[in-house]
Amino acid sequence: MHIDPLEKKWMYVIGFMTAVMIGSMAYAAIMLNMHPPSNVETIDPKTLHLSGEFAEDNLGATTNPDGSVTVRMVAARYSFYPQMIEVPADTDVKFRITSPDVLHGVHVPFTNMSTMVVPGYVSEVNTRFSREGEAQFLCNEYCGLGHDYMWSKLKVVPKG
Amino acid sequence: MYDKSKSVALANLWVAFAAFFVAIILGLYQVVNRSGLFPELESHELYFASVSTHGVLMGFVLTTFFIMGFGYYTATSTLKRPLWNKGLAWVAFLVALGGTVMAAIPLLAGKASILYTFYPPLVAHPTFYIGATLLVVGSWIWCLEMIMSTITWRRDNPGKVVPLAMYGTTANAIMWLWTSAGVAIEMLFQLIPWSLGLMDTIDPGLARTLFSWTLHAIVYFWLFPAYIAMYTVLPKLAGGRLFSDEMGRVAFIMLLVLSVPIGFHHLYMDPQQSAGFKFLHMLGTFGVAIPTLLTGFTVLASLEGAGRLRGGKGLFGWIAALNWKEPMVVAGMLALFMLIAGGWGGMINASYQMNTLIHNTQWVTGHFHLIFAGTTVIMYLALAYHLWPKLTGRRLASRGMAVLQLWLWTIGMLVLTLPWHVLGLLGQPRRISSTPYDSPLVEQWDPHELAMIVGGAILLFSALLFVLNLLMSHATRKLDVVSDDDWAVAVYPPMSVPKSMNGFVLWNGILAVWMIVAYGIPIVQLLILDAPGSMPWGY
Repeated sequence: MHIDPLEKKWMYVIGFMTAVMIGSMAYAAIMLNMHPPSNVETIDPKTLHLSGEFAEDNLGATTNPDGSVTVRMVAARYSFYPQMIEVPADTDVKFRITSPDVLHGVHVPFTNMSTMVVPGYVSEVNTRFSREGEAQFLCNEYCGLGHDYMWSKLKVVPKG
Repeated sequence: MYDKSKSVALANLWVAFAAFFVAIILGLYQVVNRSGLFPELESHELYFASVSTHGVLMGFVLTTFFIMGFGYYTATSTLKRPLWNKGLAWVAFLVALGGTVMAAIPLLAGKASILYTFYPPLVAHPTFYIGATLLVVGSWIWCLEMIMSTITWRRDNPGKVVPLAMYGTTANAIMWLWTSAGVAIEMLFQLIPWSLGLMDTIDPGLARTLFSWTLHAIVYFWLFPAYIAMYTVLPKLAGGRLFSDEMGRVAFIMLLVLSVPIGFHHLYMDPQQSAGFKFLHMLGTFGVAIPTLLTGFTVLASLEGAGRLRGGKGLFGWIAALNWKEPMVVAGMLALFMLIAGGWGGMINASYQMNTLIHNTQWVTGHFHLIFAGTTVIMYLALAYHLWPKLTGRRLASRGMAVLQLWLWTIGMLVLTLPWHVLGLLGQPRRISSTPYDSPLVEQWDPHELAMIVGGAILLFSALLFVLNLLMSHATRKLDVVSDDDWAVAVYPPMSVPKSMNGFVLWNGILAVWMIVAYGIPIVQLLILDAPGSMPWGY
């Protein structure tokens, strides 16, 4: 097989670029513990509203003894419940979200609060919000003809 | 003279481009509706029926029929003998066409408005799933035709090198068999029995995992003919030679091995897969950029050679010296331009961390339109201009109109997709039919919404020029000589290649092991986990 000297140089360039990109992601994953939401945990979508953490009374933000916040939400056609969530800025927030009906996605624009919500599973996202003010949870996976109307509000308030 | 199966090739190509033209009309309607600037037009029912049809026609019908038609031409013209089984090619055509019609009826009736990804637990009318499956079954018959044509040629020509175009086509046929297995399992064991009421519930997490098996490599199934044209047609029409035949083989082999076991980058944000397997698939995803980077180098080097032969001087002088009146040259350069622009966006999507910011936003729609509708489809259009005289025996109606059309296609695609990338960064979700969010966010989106309508209109006009040119070409003067031996020759044509670069046995073995690790283990884990299932939901 014949390889041109120019081709050989280009292969080094390709190898270098690929190594830099994979290396930076591996660094962020291993050293900074940055992973996509990957909480493999199941739940029955037919009964989750009856009892347990996703019953209506248990939804919303709760402050844990260590100061961090856990937010439990249900994504259902066509909103996120409860429809208004308030969290403190610069605080660790853990979202736990599930769906009783179809597939949904949730994203707060300009932040890394993003996950798919798959019925049968609980999605978990760990994040912090640094910017105070109002933001939106937007559904970003097609869930039916009312998909466009599926959104709710997030309020980030000063810490303390 | 042997039978070149020209009528079956032409029949497949016409189905492809008819689907393309219908889909692009729907596309213009969609950008107008979606912009929210014309509230009187807005209809969610019509929009989601339209966008589902647009996706199925462009992604499944245009591509599958084009690939089949081009494959028949490539097989007969490079191997210089008839197809392995001519009758079977018509069977493949009829099965795929029957399936397309069967899927189109519920789509157009609004009974399958679940988009071309058909994610359960949304459910469509069962004929949609059965029709789509038949389209895939038709393409499997084509795969058999391509693989057997190559195997019988090699048996009769021991020690000879399989022509590069046919080597790539066979790689694509094998890759598509691997690729389509995921969605076929989803259809046969989940969606069809469930939509018919034979099963009460299915696991949407397993369905998404199986769909991701197909979802990424399918784009390489679409891209393969574009690369084959860049390696084996473009250099010759540019007036030069292919820089390296062997490097083409390496790229095709890498695409075959690397495309399939990497689909989890579509599931980065999913809760049913663990971080470790997502990371593993990320590694392969960056690996699959390598054949594209090799292709970009080899094709540009071939074009540079052609430009210098035509008298181009200096670092960039060869670009101006290229034959910009030849549609294939124009398309090749514009395709590479869009590939480079879109490819860097793809690195963000593929990134294990950065994907979070743009996942399922309009950025993603912008990305795949630039790469698929840009790079891939513009090569389909240029190939059509190249093939029409060969298949009809008549000259092309207007080469000038063809060149204009290809430029308009690129301009339209840039005007459409650059605003989409910006909208995605501004947080706009994909797959919405309007923007009713009561938020200052929406005001930032408006100027970009206007731009995308302009882009859609340019693309429709360009597509009209394309279809008119092909139609008129059926009534032009007959050619005295039809040449179908104008495949590009390499600078150093290989007299022999290693066995592994003339066949696929080794590569199939490597892929099998990799698939067991990358998909086998996660699927078995999901089966053991046995998540509570979902019943079907309307929309």
